[in-house]
Amino acid sequence: MEKVGVYDDELVNLKATELRLGLPGTEEKVSCGKSNKRALPNDTEKDIESTGKTETETASPPKAQIVGWPPVRSYRKNNIQTKKNESEGQGNYVKVSMDGAPYLRKIDLTMYKQYPELMKSLENMFKFSVGEYFEREGYKGSDFVPTYEDKDGDWMLVGDVPWEMFVSSCKRLRIMKGSEAKGLGCGV
Amino acid sequence: MTQDRTEMSEDDDDNSQSPPLDLRSAAIADHCSSSSSSTPNKSRNCMALNSQTFPDHVLENVLENVLQFLDSRCDRNAASLVCKSWWRVEALTRSEVFIGNCYALSPTRLTQRFKRVKSLLLKGKPRFADFNLMPPDWGANFAPWVSTMAKAYPWLEKVDLKRMFVTDDDLALLADSFPGFKELILVCCEGFGTSGIAIVANKCRKLKVLDLIESEVTDDEVDWISCFPEGVTSLESLAFDCVEAPINFEALEGLVGRSPFLKKLRLNRLVSLEELHRLLLGAPQLTSLGTGSFSHDNAPQSEQEPDYAAAFRACKSVVCLSGFRDLMPEYLPSILPVCSNLTSLNFSYANISPDMFKPIIHNCHRLQVFWALDSICDEGLQAVAATCKELRELRIFPFDPREESEGPVSELGLQAISEGCRNLESILYFCQRMTNAAVIAMSENCPELTVFRLCIMGRHRPDHVTGKPMDEGFGAIVKNCKKLTRLAISGLLTDQAFRYMGEHGKLIRTLSVAFAGDSDMALRHVLEGCPRLQKLEIRDSPFGDVALRCGMHRYYNMRFVWMSACPLSKGCCKDVARAMPNLVVEVIGSDDDDDNRDYVETLYMYRSLDGPRNDVPKFVTIL
Repeated sequence: MEKVGVYDDELVNLKATELRLGLPGTEEKVSCGKSNKRALPNDTEKDIESTGKTETETASPPKAQIVGWPPVRSYRKNNIQTKKNESEGQGNYVKVSMDGAPYLRKIDLTMYKQYPELMKSLENMFKFSVGEYFEREGYKGSDFVPTYEDKDGDWMLVGDVPWEMFVSSCKRLRIMKGSEAKGLGCGV
Repeated sequence: MTQDRTEMSEDDDDNSQSPPLDLRSAAIADHCSSSSSSTPNKSRNCMALNSQTFPDHVLENVLENVLQFLDSRCDRNAASLVCKSWWRVEALTRSEVFIGNCYALSPTRLTQRFKRVKSLLLKGKPRFADFNLMPPDWGANFAPWVSTMAKAYPWLEKVDLKRMFVTDDDLALLADSFPGFKELILVCCEGFGTSGIAIVANKCRKLKVLDLIESEVTDDEVDWISCFPEGVTSLESLAFDCVEAPINFEALEGLVGRSPFLKKLRLNRLVSLEELHRLLLGAPQLTSLGTGSFSHDNAPQSEQEPDYAAAFRACKSVVCLSGFRDLMPEYLPSILPVCSNLTSLNFSYANISPDMFKPIIHNCHRLQVFWALDSICDEGLQAVAATCKELRELRIFPFDPREESEGPVSELGLQAISEGCRNLESILYFCQRMTNAAVIAMSENCPELTVFRLCIMGRHRPDHVTGKPMDEGFGAIVKNCKKLTRLAISGLLTDQAFRYMGEHGKLIRTLSVAFAGDSDMALRHVLEGCPRLQKLEIRDSPFGDVALRCGMHRYYNMRFVWMSACPLSKGCCKDVARAMPNLVVEVIGSDDDDDNRDYVETLYMYRSLDGPRNDVPKFVTIL
């Protein structure tokens, strides 16, 4: 499928008449790493003349980068420039620890829409049951109590504040066990 | 499976279709499928005859004792095709399984055929995914494999994954399910973090190898090094250079101190030079070392500065050196004491000028594998050619990986290498300027070449001296390098280059094409020639439906075909899918595709014994 590509460059007239492959509304950005949208291969210059095509690129100002060309892995590109890898742009990752379990896990809070989803996921992850949540009494029916540390450094009971507020203020999660947990049973 | 194979037993069907387990050549598959379909009973009669003289179980016992010595998977695949009995016994004795495409078969099929697997090598995403030519979350999940193997192979010892998506949960399951687990190798993988690594470190008490290579590992702020158990470990290899997370150095030092079998250690760039110094003094038995950062925080004239050269001098056994992140070149000479022992040197993350480089390489007479950035220039390559007569593998990466970059290496470096390193077997060379003459020279000087990958970074660049296409250069490579199995082409190329490849590329298994060729004829030459072609990856080349149809007779005998940004139509791809039911034909779009479009952005097709996969993301359509 051939289509005249979209090209910013007006100086090089040849470009306008060249046949090229490209999707409609082609972007001219380089995509890298983890972006969900990827830039589309924007131009494959189809040679109208049969042989001996000379470099048309040399005359034009810096052109758009082609995705994935030259074929150097992003890992290598990032390391040569010794750039520290960017932490994930999207996603709100918080550490989750459980009393008695040796390892931390991390979860992305943006993956959940409400408390029940989050609780279910935690229960699955650490193989425990959290009991039932009551507004005044906190969690009943289990030794485990899910708590979180908020922006102010206070330890709160998970579920006490509206979900959006929780997501924006939660720094880390801790699933407490036993007597220590009872103290937090009376919500905030 | 299609009904028309009723003549063959299911076993034979598997045999002729066992290509996913990487048969050596299409010829064997063709031969066996044709012979078993025409004379299925003949071979069985032979066996029937034998079983009258020796009971079956005796024969199989003997066979088992013999076949257990077969290591090479090509030999094993061949043995499994002899007859049903051999197939059965081979399946019982195969302890290492290689799966080149994780979607070529289901995990269940693996565990049903092979009962005593100790080691699995599994590859996932196609290579072009490394260059952002595919949206993330395409697939290649390790989860179904680990959960199936957890039940079937409790004795599993080794897992080696490439381009797979591995989660922390997968690693946790692995650590929980395989008490004798010894080796974990993750190459170009992603989806996990230091939490998963911590679980493996802690629970796999017999761990010998933990190699994380060019993988994306998220920093969960877990001190995974401290998670290794107390006491003497079995560790032989620990590579974590791709883990971009700070390391608890005291814990690392302690770990190295109680790992007497540790031979291979690859540090990340967050381990400083001073820390490296301490480690080296405590681990003189190392044979392979990846340094961390190779720079100094303090002023170089500090009196307290450790004697790095002495530390290296103590490492008499080091033969393989890599790392050198954040290099301060004035510290490079500290490696001089080990240079004459080195067989492998990787400078590909270090921006080293020719002047800094030459005194070092001058001592590396035994070098066989050398990776570097093009910052060493043609001059540096000439120095390599003058000294490294045993060189087998060379990789030169671009310091500035853009199309318009300067390009400090050229045909001069290539020519010099070809003249100095006659035993060269494998080369990957990024450059901006090249000539046919230099490529021809290499084809004539280096007859042992099995891998030739030349990347002229500017697209469609001709021979910069003659202005001609690069056809003759690549033509000479395929004509003269009789052992060539892997080829990557670039520069201005006409259909003629492909004619040469089709005609002379008798052993080529892997072919990478980008921005090359004039017409369908080019691809046709390759598909109608190149009898051993297994892996074909093409991007941005003018090959369309006509060309695609030319390969229908052979797609079953290939591992995969990738074509992106080529003028293919959905209709034709559908035809191919219809005509070849055991081929999975994936059309991969971007996230915001609309289905009405006939344009095929990326075609990725591969044979599969178990039909299309069930974890298809929304941007993939299986035709």
